[in-house]
Amino acid sequence: MKRFVLRFLRSPEGVAGLILLSCLVAMALLAPVLFPRDPLAIVGRPLTAPFTDASLPLGTDRLGRDVLAGLMHGARASLLVGIFAALVAILVGAVVGTVAGFAGGLIDEALMRVVDAFQIVPGFLLALAFVSVTGPSLPVIVFAIALGAWTGPARLARAEVLSIRERDYVAAARVIGMHPAEIAFKEVLPNALPPVLALVSVIVASAVLIEAALSFLNLGDPNIVTWGSMIAEGRNVLRTAPYLSIVPGFGLVLTVLGVYLFGEGLVEGMAHRRRRQ
Amino acid sequence: MREPFVVAEGLRKTFRSRERAVIALDDVSFSLARGETLGLVGPSGSGKSTLARALMRLVEPDGGSIRIDGEDWLGLSGKALRRRRGAIQMVFQDPLAAFNPRATIGGALDDPLRIHGMADRGERPRRIAELLERVGLPSGFAQRAVHEVSGGQRQRVAIARALATRPALIVLDEAVSALDVSVRGRILELLADLQKSDGIAFVFVSHDLAVVRVIAHRVAVMDAGRIVETGNTPDVIANPQSATGRALVAAVPTLNLG
Repeated sequence: MKRFVLRFLRSPEGVAGLILLSCLVAMALLAPVLFPRDPLAIVGRPLTAPFTDASLPLGTDRLGRDVLAGLMHGARASLLVGIFAALVAILVGAVVGTVAGFAGGLIDEALMRVVDAFQIVPGFLLALAFVSVTGPSLPVIVFAIALGAWTGPARLARAEVLSIRERDYVAAARVIGMHPAEIAFKEVLPNALPPVLALVSVIVASAVLIEAALSFLNLGDPNIVTWGSMIAEGRNVLRTAPYLSIVPGFGLVLTVLGVYLFGEGLVEGMAHRRRRQ
Repeated sequence: MREPFVVAEGLRKTFRSRERAVIALDDVSFSLARGETLGLVGPSGSGKSTLARALMRLVEPDGGSIRIDGEDWLGLSGKALRRRRGAIQMVFQDPLAAFNPRATIGGALDDPLRIHGMADRGERPRRIAELLERVGLPSGFAQRAVHEVSGGQRQRVAIARALATRPALIVLDEAVSALDVSVRGRILELLADLQKSDGIAFVFVSHDLAVVRVIAHRVAVMDAGRIVETGNTPDVIANPQSATGRALVAAVPTLNLG
């Protein structure tokens, strides 16, 4: 573990990602402290340009709402959606992949055809359809994004399980009379997980983008500020006040970049560890 | 006369892949009494490991029968099979591969005790310590990870795991082949002691007749999926009847000081 952390810290991608993500997490955590008021509340004159008013450093939008407050509160929504969507996707994917790979035969065939069915529909369309039917709220959006993201982890977990189930320690578990479900989830799954976890960064990054796109289409949770909804809002005055779209757009770019670099660092650290084994 | 503890008759197993079929077991029959050691020798690919795994129900034979203690062993399935598995345990060749890479020694020994209800939760640490002591390891080892200890110690843990359910038969598949010579001798001694004290039967699979000679009462020589020769160990070694048997005896290194 210690060596893994060292390797991670030695990779430039990992460090850059860690710094970016730390800043974002700090922003998200400090948002309610620095801006205890509802970020949707009107605080000043509409369309104040950035850097003109010391109390509103990034200016205000069309309705006179603080852009900086929106940006920081928006980081909360983006990170929450990204992390929870990835969590749900990995959890569901790992369980489905393990069951399919370990049970084999008809169960495997059936589960993998379900995976195929989900995989041929683009994740964003799936989320769009799901949210427009069930109505936008944060848990629904998380679930909708996970719906399109769990197939990758499922395939990867299944491939790992197929190789692990032939190992002697699985035979040894059968010999002592362990129940197949216990073998699958206690002996096999934990050892199949590391390569699946490498997908986390990809899923988080795409989840953040899908959430922003949903908000942009007015399918986000209307009661919270998100970067997507801020960009959508700013689009109406794009020519007179482009900063309203650029500022949250910058936030998005940095988040996705940070998550991706962080993931690269993780893979780097893990690859070295695998070689050592 | 009472039927022997293990009676296998006419076992067959063919592994098929797309292009070819490999006959791993071809009409194999043998029997084993309680407290007896049967050595299973043969060149690589002769089907000894398949026979061991068929006996463990890790490989399903295509045909034939196995009766253990008078009961149809191949007819068992599901929960009934899992419960009966306690009577037959196995020690694998590579002790590192035979344990979950994340397991601690205590955890690995706890599993069989828990699954077969050998001891209550509170009593298990004491039983684990007892098991470790029986195979000559300090009881403090329970806290260690399996990958931290040496190969010989790890194989002792594997034997302790096999002993946990108080089995009547332990199948040892090349159990000492991966160990260095000095460790090998001590593991063989341990096995002989366990047999003397508990009356456990062993099926001892090895390609090395020199090892089988010191531990097995009887030997079965396998070649190409068949048992080509069986007999008491000294007789087979002194006067092998089959070509395979002669080749194996000739392969045992002897020190010629003349």
